[in-house]
Amino acid sequence: MKDYDIVIIGGGPAGLAAAVSARQSGIESILILERDKELGGILNQCIHNGFGLHTFKEELTGPEYADRFIRQVEELKIAYKLNTMVMEIGQDKTVTAMNREDGLFVIRAEAVILAMGCRERPRGALNIPGYRPAGIYSAGTAQRLVNMEGYMPGREVVILGSGDIGLIMARRMTLEGAKVKVVAELMPYSGGLKRNIVQCLDDYGIPLKLSHTVVDIKGKERVEGVTLARVDEKNKPIPGTEEYYDCDTLLLSVGLIPENELSRGMGVAINPVTSGPSVNESLETNLDGVFACGNVLHVHDLVDYVSEEAAAAGRNAAAYVKAAYDDAGREGRQTQDTGPADKAAEQDLPNAEKADASQAVPLIATSGVRYTVPSTIRVSHMDERLTVRFRVGGVYKNCFVSVYFDDERVVHRKKQVFAPGEMEEVRLTKEQFLQYPDLAAVTFRIEEE
Amino acid sequence: METRNLTCINCPMGCALTIEMEGNEVVSISGNTCPRGEAYGRKEVTNPTRIVTSTVRVTGGAADMVSVKTKQDIPKEKIFDCVKALRDVEVQAPVHVGDVIVSDVAGTGVDIVATRNVGIYRFDPA
Repeated sequence: MKDYDIVIIGGGPAGLAAAVSARQSGIESILILERDKELGGILNQCIHNGFGLHTFKEELTGPEYADRFIRQVEELKIAYKLNTMVMEIGQDKTVTAMNREDGLFVIRAEAVILAMGCRERPRGALNIPGYRPAGIYSAGTAQRLVNMEGYMPGREVVILGSGDIGLIMARRMTLEGAKVKVVAELMPYSGGLKRNIVQCLDDYGIPLKLSHTVVDIKGKERVEGVTLARVDEKNKPIPGTEEYYDCDTLLLSVGLIPENELSRGMGVAINPVTSGPSVNESLETNLDGVFACGNVLHVHDLVDYVSEEAAAAGRNAAAYVKAAYDDAGREGRQTQDTGPADKAAEQDLPNAEKADASQAVPLIATSGVRYTVPSTIRVSHMDERLTVRFRVGGVYKNCFVSVYFDDERVVHRKKQVFAPGEMEEVRLTKEQFLQYPDLAAVTFRIEEE
Repeated sequence: METRNLTCINCPMGCALTIEMEGNEVVSISGNTCPRGEAYGRKEVTNPTRIVTSTVRVTGGAADMVSVKTKQDIPKEKIFDCVKALRDVEVQAPVHVGDVIVSDVAGTGVDIVATRNVGIYRFDPA
């Protein structure tokens, strides 16, 4: 007997939506484990608006969006534990966690949904020369300080990286009285959403310098200034292009990394492109009954898509639990047809192949498409419609996203601009797959025509 | 005839709008994928507005700050007046989503409302 049917690791937008959807799919016994003192995750510090247009058809701030889901969790009486840190998850889905009330405890789960979100890439990952003075913050840390703790990290600010959090913080610091001098971006295009360039930089006359990076940080105790330089096509600084900016603060908005320490520890296979688990159409990892959704799976640009994806993970986990109970019922009456030796041999195969080797179709990302989620599809387990999400590796104008079933092109959709900062999606139907019974691979690519 | 190119900021899709103007009159708007885009384009070239979000201090609350927003969009040139008006505002916990924190902020006729709940601080020996 398990302690819970479904244990969800993380009470942010992904965990909340997964919990609600699993409950609506008929699972009573659900537990959310959250390390912060409240539910809602990073949405609580994202006080700006623009959330929820897809999900709720209205424009909400981050905390309001979180509140909608928290209220559903409360109304559905889904159990959760706050201030609780998960230390380890075993391959047998035993979750070891600790908090001040319960101490160290172990929970056995029938299914686990990984929803731990992501972390910001830190300065240490950037190789910027110079001392280690005070005044260098990741954009999200500054966001937490300003919006939740009520502190201003500095007065004169340079921002490296044009990710969305950096753009949002450029505006936020400006409104709170700081002078944001410049946003420098290494790549020749912004990593953030267009609307954020418009309403966070353009509205306030903050310059965005593309193909620029920080080559020196001045100051030993506190940041005194930074030197920017233009970079060439290989992202190497070009001598002679240096510009010095007086400032007391440097914010870094240079990318997010899915937080998969727990996943790796339990043996979940990680996709090197996304740094998140490789999953099949059910958002199930290579481990039976272990699902992933939200930013722990791949970094999203819109929370609406996180909620949608997490709801699918919740439904799929619910279906898994029900199937497991059905199997258990059958096994009680019949003798097992699979011997222990076969079970052991199956262990190393990814789950997609385990269920039905002939039907696990790999999704291949190439020609501008960096990755797809999911990365395999078992047609037998597909819903009528399946959303495949992906990102592109560069800026493509007036190009097509194409999907090939083996050599045959089945999707060909034009778009004005594809950019790495924006997640794309293609919807495939089960019907399409049923027309190709011997399908070997599905290939995603960006094409000029 | 004047042509203005804007990026719609209603939602993260960021549609590229093309607006044809005859003096101060909007002749046509294209590039939007929803009616909000057309409304935004029309407004942006005649009377640009923004929703403003910020935070104010809370006393006696489980959190030190409560996030707030203008209930409707306000004229763009009023943004700094609005934020300034919030600088010294302090509210007493508890605060609930939707509570009016400041009414008619900076003479805009628009209220500032809370966007999160802040409960009353309770001493927790843990």
